[in-house]
Amino acid sequence: MSLLEARGVSHYFGGLCAVDDFNLTLEPGELMGIIGPNGAGKTTIFNLLTGVYRAGKGSIRFGGAELIGKTPHQITAMQISRTFQNIRLFKDLSVLDNVRIAHYSQIAYRPLEAVFHVGRYRREERRIINRSMELLAMLKIDHLATETADNLPYGLQRRLEIARALAVGPELLLLDEPAAGMNPNEIDQLMELIGWIRRQFDLTILLIEHQMKLVMGICERLLVLDFGATLAEGSPHEIQNNPKVLEAYLGEEPVG
Amino acid sequence: MIPMIQNSWKKTAGQRWLMPVLVVAGLGTSFAVPEYALFNKYIQLVMMYVGINIILTVSLNLVNGYMGEFSLAHAGFMSIGAYTAALLTMRVLPVMDHPWLFPLAVMAGGLAAGFFSLLVSVTSFRIRGDYLAIITLAFLMIVKSVIENIDYLGGPRGLPGIRKLTTLPWTYFWVVFSVWVIRNFVYSKYGRGVLAIREDEIASELMTVNTQRVKILTFAVSAFFAGVAGALFAHVLQFISPRVFDIIKTTDILIMVYLGGIASIGGSILGAVLFTVLLELLRPSNTAAILAFLPDVIFNPVNQHFIQHLGVWRMVIMPLLLVLLMLFRPHGIMGLKEFSWFIPRLDLEAGHPAAPEDNIHEPA
Repeated sequence: MSLLEARGVSHYFGGLCAVDDFNLTLEPGELMGIIGPNGAGKTTIFNLLTGVYRAGKGSIRFGGAELIGKTPHQITAMQISRTFQNIRLFKDLSVLDNVRIAHYSQIAYRPLEAVFHVGRYRREERRIINRSMELLAMLKIDHLATETADNLPYGLQRRLEIARALAVGPELLLLDEPAAGMNPNEIDQLMELIGWIRRQFDLTILLIEHQMKLVMGICERLLVLDFGATLAEGSPHEIQNNPKVLEAYLGEEPVG
Repeated sequence: MIPMIQNSWKKTAGQRWLMPVLVVAGLGTSFAVPEYALFNKYIQLVMMYVGINIILTVSLNLVNGYMGEFSLAHAGFMSIGAYTAALLTMRVLPVMDHPWLFPLAVMAGGLAAGFFSLLVSVTSFRIRGDYLAIITLAFLMIVKSVIENIDYLGGPRGLPGIRKLTTLPWTYFWVVFSVWVIRNFVYSKYGRGVLAIREDEIASELMTVNTQRVKILTFAVSAFFAGVAGALFAHVLQFISPRVFDIIKTTDILIMVYLGGIASIGGSILGAVLFTVLLELLRPSNTAAILAFLPDVIFNPVNQHFIQHLGVWRMVIMPLLLVLLMLFRPHGIMGLKEFSWFIPRLDLEAGHPAAPEDNIHEPA
């Protein structure tokens, strides 16, 4: 059974059609990319998938359960996690707390235990602190755990966002332009990182990206959006040679 | 990793004895002062007001500081607590024969206020910022006018003849209890949820934080202790009327919160103590007393005149202090900081390499 299945999803902002009849099937373990010019509706699709917007039409099924109508915290607790195009860390909080917050739904204690620090409180907090530190260590930012997130250099903030998204314990990870603002060298590192977390956490990944190097380098399947409509879908090779895509998005020049 | 945690633990452990010592010393003082009449009645009264204001400030900080909302409803919750508790001690509970029932009445006041906080928290799901401020202001006015129109509650004339049941030890007990509970709440997953909401509400939803639940809980805890403070206040003042709990009261609490510092419990305690004591010191009768203590050098006619008339200017001096504070320390005295000995050990040690350089820490 496919992990994610979107059928006929449409969304309007007022009279403007942001996403039109969007279809997507993701098999477990896949790494798929969504590309398209600015304003094509890529981030809107992520917002629809995670419940930030409620799709006006269509259905989105994840592991068999309907997502439309659920709140974002319910959807993310079902193990869909994401990062943001413009980094949205809790920037006044410590690196560690950023990751701890993302464990919210996995902490078992109840309000009274929290208020009196009794029962499962101590055990659970200790477990989550340890897990968070492990995650930070895996992404090699554990030495910055007590640093304020805002003080981190850009590249590490991106990395922290990935750590935070992984803390949710996702099966499906949505990466919104993870390479934005990175130089070629950093992109190489990022590609390696994405491949590594994919194997390590057994993830299905859907990513939005403009950097062709990254998209063509790691994605197994691509979907091209233009003005909210799906233009083409296929392997990177097919997309590269698709005349419609070349015209709408990549221009006349061949991509290398 | 582990050796480093151990190391820093040793460094901060140096100050951890402060907490129990302060709590026990405070407890001793709260019993000794009325017992041996260490201070006169007036000072004892001020001490109780300090305690009540600490509860009010710390609880409002939860919403206005930690969560970053701007609620003006606090005096409203306070009046709900005050009226509930006063009715119970006057007309329901036989407190004369059983003084131990008083904490039950205080508790009931808190619970009533906590219940009504649902009205505010549910609106806060969709509305925030300035608009929530206006709605909480409306809540405050509604509470006031409802009480004014119920004869059973004394209407606008108020409710006289409340017994003086609030004592210094009881005030102290509730201060410790409220500070402890709110500190525990802040250093829990809900407290981190509150901070996350302040930072970025949508991002916190997307990091699995149930923001609606966190808001309900936060407003409930905050209102509960406002109600507790109101109940204690009613049984000190022995007379309550709707006018006691108006926007001016809320403003006082707001001043204490922003003076002490947002998102800091230590700061709130500091703010409440400073504000209450300063305001009392600036009373004309007190400025005269201060004058008597001053050494002769500055006891010249000019200073004498100035200090004697300081009292007249108290409502000018306090706001002026606030303006200066906002200019030079916009986050308040201890904004976004906490004494390290006040932070639960688990949070203090979490993550750690760097040993703290002094006893002040960013909140976890």
